[in-house]
Amino acid sequence: MLKNKDLLGINDLDVGEIRLILETADKFKEVSSRRVKKVPALRGKTVANLFFSPSTRTRISFERASKALSADLINITTSPSLGETLADTALTLEGLGVDLIVVRHDQAGAPVQLARNISAGVINAGDGAHEHPTQALVDVYTILKEKGSLEGLKVALLGDMRHSHTARSNLYCLTKLGAEVAVGAPGTMIPEGLEEFGCQVYHTTEEAVENADAIILTRVSMDFGNDKLLPSLREYSRFFSLNTKRLALAKPDVMVLHGGPINRGVEISATVTDMAWPHLREQVANGVVVRMAALYLLSIRGSEKR
Amino acid sequence: MPRSKPNLELVRTIADESALRAAIKELGQRVNSALSVDDRVVVVGIRAGGEAPARSLATQLTQLRGAEVPLGFLDITLYRDDINDLGYLPEVGITEIDFPLDDAVVVLVDDVLYTGRTVRAAIDELIDFGRPKRIRLVVIAERDGRELPIQADYSAYRVETEPGEVVKVCSNKEQNGVFILKSKESDAKE
Amino acid sequence: MKRLLLRGGRVVDPANGRDGIADVLLTDGLVEAVDEQIETTDAEVIDCSGLLVTPGLVDTNVHLNEPGREDRETIATGTRAAALGGYTALGCRSTEGLVMDNQTVVRYVRSRSARDGVVRVYPIGTATKGKKGERLTEIGEIAAAGAVAISDDARCVDDASMMRRILLYAEMFSLPVFSFPQDTELAAEGLVNEGVISTRLGLAGIPAVAEEVIAGREMILAESLNCAVHLSPISSASTVELLRYAQERGIKLSAEVTPHNLLLTDAACEGYQTDALVSPPLRSEADRQALIESVADGTVAIIATDHSPCTVAEKKTEFTKAVPGIAGLETAFPLLFTKLVESGLLTLSRLVDAMSTQPARLLNLALGTLTPELPADVSIFDPEQERTVDVRSFKSKGMNNPFDGWLLRGWPMHTIVGGEFIVRDGKLTVS
Repeated sequence: MLKNKDLLGINDLDVGEIRLILETADKFKEVSSRRVKKVPALRGKTVANLFFSPSTRTRISFERASKALSADLINITTSPSLGETLADTALTLEGLGVDLIVVRHDQAGAPVQLARNISAGVINAGDGAHEHPTQALVDVYTILKEKGSLEGLKVALLGDMRHSHTARSNLYCLTKLGAEVAVGAPGTMIPEGLEEFGCQVYHTTEEAVENADAIILTRVSMDFGNDKLLPSLREYSRFFSLNTKRLALAKPDVMVLHGGPINRGVEISATVTDMAWPHLREQVANGVVVRMAALYLLSIRGSEKR
Repeated sequence: MPRSKPNLELVRTIADESALRAAIKELGQRVNSALSVDDRVVVVGIRAGGEAPARSLATQLTQLRGAEVPLGFLDITLYRDDINDLGYLPEVGITEIDFPLDDAVVVLVDDVLYTGRTVRAAIDELIDFGRPKRIRLVVIAERDGRELPIQADYSAYRVETEPGEVVKVCSNKEQNGVFILKSKESDAKE
Repeated sequence: MKRLLLRGGRVVDPANGRDGIADVLLTDGLVEAVDEQIETTDAEVIDCSGLLVTPGLVDTNVHLNEPGREDRETIATGTRAAALGGYTALGCRSTEGLVMDNQTVVRYVRSRSARDGVVRVYPIGTATKGKKGERLTEIGEIAAAGAVAISDDARCVDDASMMRRILLYAEMFSLPVFSFPQDTELAAEGLVNEGVISTRLGLAGIPAVAEEVIAGREMILAESLNCAVHLSPISSASTVELLRYAQERGIKLSAEVTPHNLLLTDAACEGYQTDALVSPPLRSEADRQALIESVADGTVAIIATDHSPCTVAEKKTEFTKAVPGIAGLETAFPLLFTKLVESGLLTLSRLVDAMSTQPARLLNLALGTLTPELPADVSIFDPEQERTVDVRSFKSKGMNNPFDGWLLRGWPMHTIVGGEFIVRDGKLTVS
């Protein structure tokens, strides 16, 4: 059983809980291979997708997962500048009798604060530079399915370490499961004290991917104030992009994953993107299955309280 | 969080190992005699109690019919109607149905038929896989206490029970057979 | 003739080098005598045995929010909160949006304080117009109108040449200049201390160098102009080192620190607790220890609350949208007494010095001392009375205080301003 009513971050999970979610995902993988890819486990329950900041792929993934569990789904895409406070949104959702809320917000901590004020379970679908726990679980699940175990596996994290919630969650999840994590990014894009979380920090892609068993990339753009941290995407691409030459430094059977959306030519070259395509497709399929596991485990948890 | 395993003590033996084996054999013959040659027969066991009986029946029907009878297993955890009231997280097992069900004659197997809820869940799950021509329910033992209008098409034993008693069918243990057990006064919790 | 005899308390008056059992005689609003055994007739006698008797506390950093944000606090509520905290005089900063950069607003604050305030209120005007850092305030005029110091408060004067001009100009009117040491660009979008905790929470951080860079600049300016600069407030260990370096060389660089920076670290932000969101931010344990030492050895002369009440809506929102500030007037003394004095990290004498004597001296006020013929502003605390902090019982409109639920001792018993009880037996005597 999961210990908390919410899934707000990998940092809140212990290894046992992470394994439980991944094992449950396996059971749901079988469901997605059926003709009727649906089970009634969450029938009668309501899931709300509360997306304060847009993310089509994550929202659709949660939507597919909710529907595959026969839950009723409410999609709320709202702009935070609408004026309704986080506290009022929580009250409205409680009044609507929502059982689980999937929250995406561009401000770190918003889902945590929402979860404090509501009895329904809250899943963090990405909050600013804080965490995106389900995406990390998807990435780890995808790697485990191919490599079997993460213990001692060399995993490289590349891209916008400063602003990416997925990169942070991946770092925490991989280290908790015993992987050796190497981060590769320009100095201006490494947040303070990152080594304290158990990774090696490099300022070149080459050093980070050397002998890697898996490489996980996050999108790099000039948004989020990166125009102050990077001179240009052209410069980033020339010195940091994962191209075939840099990829060759990793192990021959290296897995390349990307949380999307991919900026071809920036953090990853077009050629490598095409090479990675089979794994990327797996990643997307696993996204639904892992999120089904998360929704299922939290829904049982939630009803226990009633 | 494991369920408390109550200390169970034996009240009565309905059938011993050889009687059980003979009963299953007889069940297989009865089931087969009602099947036609053209029927595409499949056997599906409901986990966990129906697994062993399903295996035995599938082997037997394969022999009797002279052709491979496919065997599958259903885990009904995700279809339970009481999933929210259990107070613990039930372990979801793997469902394995690797053959088409459309137009098949499904021999659905479980060890004990009691309230009927497990079979209801199994039928709902089966229907999500396809549209069988016919479903025949085979159980080793049935006891009173139906909560849904569900009856076995074939059963080996009709068992009378007192409140607090459970019926257990064991095929892979040290002592095999059909037993009535009762929990001791003090439940030993793990 | 109105006489009050405070008998038998432990009188702590650093200005006069006193820390011991004594009687204090107050006559017609002034201190008449402080001595071991005072015999007198026709005085109301207050038994202070077992209590601490100190000069009234003086806070150099308080936001009364009137005029401008009366929803957060008013002079009436803020001064009552101050009295309940043992404060008898406040250096009042500007309100966002309606700053004291002209004599009209300064006069307004003074007259409003005279009418609604229950403790003394001294306006601290701004250094630049609108706190924009572009043009000088009419410092002469606001000084004449009653301003006792100038400060662009929570806004850093990023332009060094502007700061230089402020120092040169303010010198002429003998007004102390306060500097908010946090380089705006280095702080950027930061909210909390830049460190492991900010990274884990995914929040933009303010590096300590943002403070040190400006502190260093002010030190150099102070030396080159041979004038005084007061850093208000500081939060980092390196700034403390800078202060020591400056003071060793006789440079007139001084600083104040808040009770919350002395007692909490950035760990208080865990779980996105908006009550721990404050500017400058709570920093690391190493910074906290260095700050405590600096107060103990006098490098940092003054403790000031930076009382900044916020409305409930301003705090009960996303952490990144919440308004920084702690409403600290009512908890300052008990907190520091319980956590620093009782544990031996700070002497009671130094605490009173930092919360009364030195602040008064900085603002050139004849307060912060129990000297005959000076105003009878006295604070009396009960070191044995134990109580839990309850923000809902605050007289301040602001309940934004991260010490809710802390069990403390040293609560204010009586607060006397000009010989009159404003707080008696822990309760306000005025409505």
